[in-house]
Amino acid sequence: MNSKLAGVVAALVLALAACGSGQEGPAGGGTATPDASAVIEIGSLYEPQNLDNTAGGGQGVTEAFNGNVYEGLFRLTDAGKVDNLLAKGYEVADDGLTYTFELREGVKFHSGKALTPADVKHSIERVTAEDSQSARKSSLEAIESVETPDDGTVVVKLAHRSVSLVYNLTYVWIVNADAEDLATAEDGTGPYELGAWKRGSTLSLDRFPGYWGTPPANNGVVFHYFTDATALNNALLTNAVDIVTSQQSPDALAQFTGNPDYKVSEGHSTTKLLLAFNDRKAPFDKPLVRKAVSSAIDDAKLLESIWAGHGSLIGSMVPPTDPWYEDLTKVNPYDVELAKRQLAEAGYAKGFRFTLDTPNYDPHPTAAAFIKSELAKVGITVDINVITADEWYSKVYKNHDFAATLQEHVNDRDVVWYGDPGFYWGYDDKQVSEWIKDAERAKTPEEQTELLKKANRRIAEDAAGDWLYLYPQIVVAASNVSGYPVNGLNSQFYAYGIKKS
Amino acid sequence: MGRYLLRRTAFLLASLLLAASLLFVLLRLLPGDPSNALVSVGATPEQLAAARRQIGSDLPLPEQFASWLGGLARLDLGTSFVSKLPVGSEIAARLSVTVPLTLLAFALAVMVALPVGFLAAWRSDRWYGPLLNGVAQLGVAVPVFWIGMLLVTVFALRLRMLPAGGFPREDWAEPGRALTSLLLPVVTIALVMSASLIRYVRSATVDVLGSDFLRTARAMGESFGGAMWRHGLRNASVPVISILGIELATTFLGAVVVESVFTLPGLGTLLIKGIAEHDYPVIQGVLVVSTLAVLLIGFAADVVQRLVDPRLRAHVGGGRP
Repeated sequence: MNSKLAGVVAALVLALAACGSGQEGPAGGGTATPDASAVIEIGSLYEPQNLDNTAGGGQGVTEAFNGNVYEGLFRLTDAGKVDNLLAKGYEVADDGLTYTFELREGVKFHSGKALTPADVKHSIERVTAEDSQSARKSSLEAIESVETPDDGTVVVKLAHRSVSLVYNLTYVWIVNADAEDLATAEDGTGPYELGAWKRGSTLSLDRFPGYWGTPPANNGVVFHYFTDATALNNALLTNAVDIVTSQQSPDALAQFTGNPDYKVSEGHSTTKLLLAFNDRKAPFDKPLVRKAVSSAIDDAKLLESIWAGHGSLIGSMVPPTDPWYEDLTKVNPYDVELAKRQLAEAGYAKGFRFTLDTPNYDPHPTAAAFIKSELAKVGITVDINVITADEWYSKVYKNHDFAATLQEHVNDRDVVWYGDPGFYWGYDDKQVSEWIKDAERAKTPEEQTELLKKANRRIAEDAAGDWLYLYPQIVVAASNVSGYPVNGLNSQFYAYGIKKS
Repeated sequence: MGRYLLRRTAFLLASLLLAASLLFVLLRLLPGDPSNALVSVGATPEQLAAARRQIGSDLPLPEQFASWLGGLARLDLGTSFVSKLPVGSEIAARLSVTVPLTLLAFALAVMVALPVGFLAAWRSDRWYGPLLNGVAQLGVAVPVFWIGMLLVTVFALRLRMLPAGGFPREDWAEPGRALTSLLLPVVTIALVMSASLIRYVRSATVDVLGSDFLRTARAMGESFGGAMWRHGLRNASVPVISILGIELATTFLGAVVVESVFTLPGLGTLLIKGIAEHDYPVIQGVLVVSTLAVLLIGFAADVVQRLVDPRLRAHVGGGRP
């Protein structure tokens, strides 16, 4: 019902926009002065499931809390740079196994307690704990121990080198070790403290008066949560919200572009749409078959039909914001004749038939229908099997019971999953696994980049999956609002710089 | 009446227990795993197992069932797997939206349907009688979400008179704003509900208008208005009351669609989210509370009918009313 409904509303909305309304839109920006007492109303589709990022809080809690309520030792800026945050600096021993972090002084938790090294130790250990649900747990597996030699220092000892340690620590929230409930309450050090969370509706963040750093440019923010993109866009059109964190309704963009009351910004995204093959099972255990399928699908046309000029083709699992990015779109180019030759060579001259497990939410069903029609041209019959997100986890992710599936992968630096033969797609190349393992244990970022470039190239040449396209990251805001992040790397949304005039 | 109330209460509790048990079993028969909602891509088998342990879905089913029924007896609906909040307080917060929404829509629908339905029957020989009936027929056929979207387009997007959706975060602390955000949803439900009510009121009135007792009353010298007031309405109201009970219950359950269209934090949207996340305590809690509400509404309609119609009271000794 939802997509149909969205379509109808979008059509109605477009018709009305064409009639020329919007006379009551926000005032033109630029001329007025920022109002530090303004509260910013933010619209989002990603409500937190709970408030703990180590207990299944999900993408929503990252968006609302990262950098706003909780801070890490380091911050990944919207531009993708790693800055000191609660750490003033750090030193690495020559063997790369001991990291000494110097903590910033004068930092207070929202509860009033001062930050101590014990809190940092506790915070790191809750991510690596046995029952942690953190998606980042495995990236910290090198950590052997965390020590607190004095009042201002934390020492992390590693079992082996981990060149991304500092980067990975940007995701580790520093929480008060004495806090009892972090799933429905918070105790961080960020510029905002939690006001109220009305589940299913809003989450408000108030300025924290005891903040150690620069106070926010606004007087607080309220996240308004929506379950469908149309309702979210209606809220923006009626000034119920000032800004939308991530525009997920390409059809609705037209009503904002070219309207002086709104500003549309396209930044960098890390979300990739994948046609993932089960590399363990015939026919997709043959690289040639996977290459043929990749070459038979016109990714550019798919992207154009879904996102109408937004987004980009990357030809691999690595987005341009990762240091080891390379344009690999030519490795398996769109070429139907090539695809046919490869199929014949692999022994499938007459094609074959497979089931495509397709998550039931956009854009997967649209992409599935497109793939079906493209592959029909080379004699491959696709049976589309629409499943829920929950079924996907059980059937595809846990039981590996699938031939091919569609899925969006949101994180940066996630090419490393191709180094794990136990991962759902079952890509198993000893050399690639070794490169990926060695990359994390590299002495320098340059060495790491070199190894991951090699691995990624091999993965692309093997067509371990078909990386259809990289999503656009589009923020739409009223034009009197400024200072918001446009890249939203890894779903973060720093709110403290947002100004309204 | 005392024995009757006692019997109805026992019946109500038994129904509730049956519903709770059925719910528990049916939910567990569905494919899927509640721990899926807690993990993300990249989770290891150990993390999945830990998630199941945390929420207790690794325990034997009879044990889970006993703890759910035990909690229910203590009026404790448990804790959400996903949000980690007590289900009871989540439901209470949602009821503060869904109950006013349902009652206001119901009141509005009744206020529209009673006079219009009566008029459609009484004046079936004039041009507007059949017209009203036709409009009502049409209203029954139109899907509720379509009406909702139409109202949003006109009153929120075009005229900018009312919000397109959402509920103020101050809740009822600002009654004006809360009512404003409920206005379009209330009208949406009321339009659809009154369409079907009009048809019932009309047919009940048609029956009464052609009845012998009304003709007799007129023959005995009563005016049409007097006869209608003393005999007609009372007779016509018996079937209408039971329909009203059913309609009220349907509206309460059907509010889920309107809540979705208008992004209202009501019971329906909580249920949808719970289902998507396999959050058993939330689904069970919402459905038990809904079942209780429906049973209570049926109970109330029954009592009102007995008060209106003495014939029903006379039968109290015999079989079930």
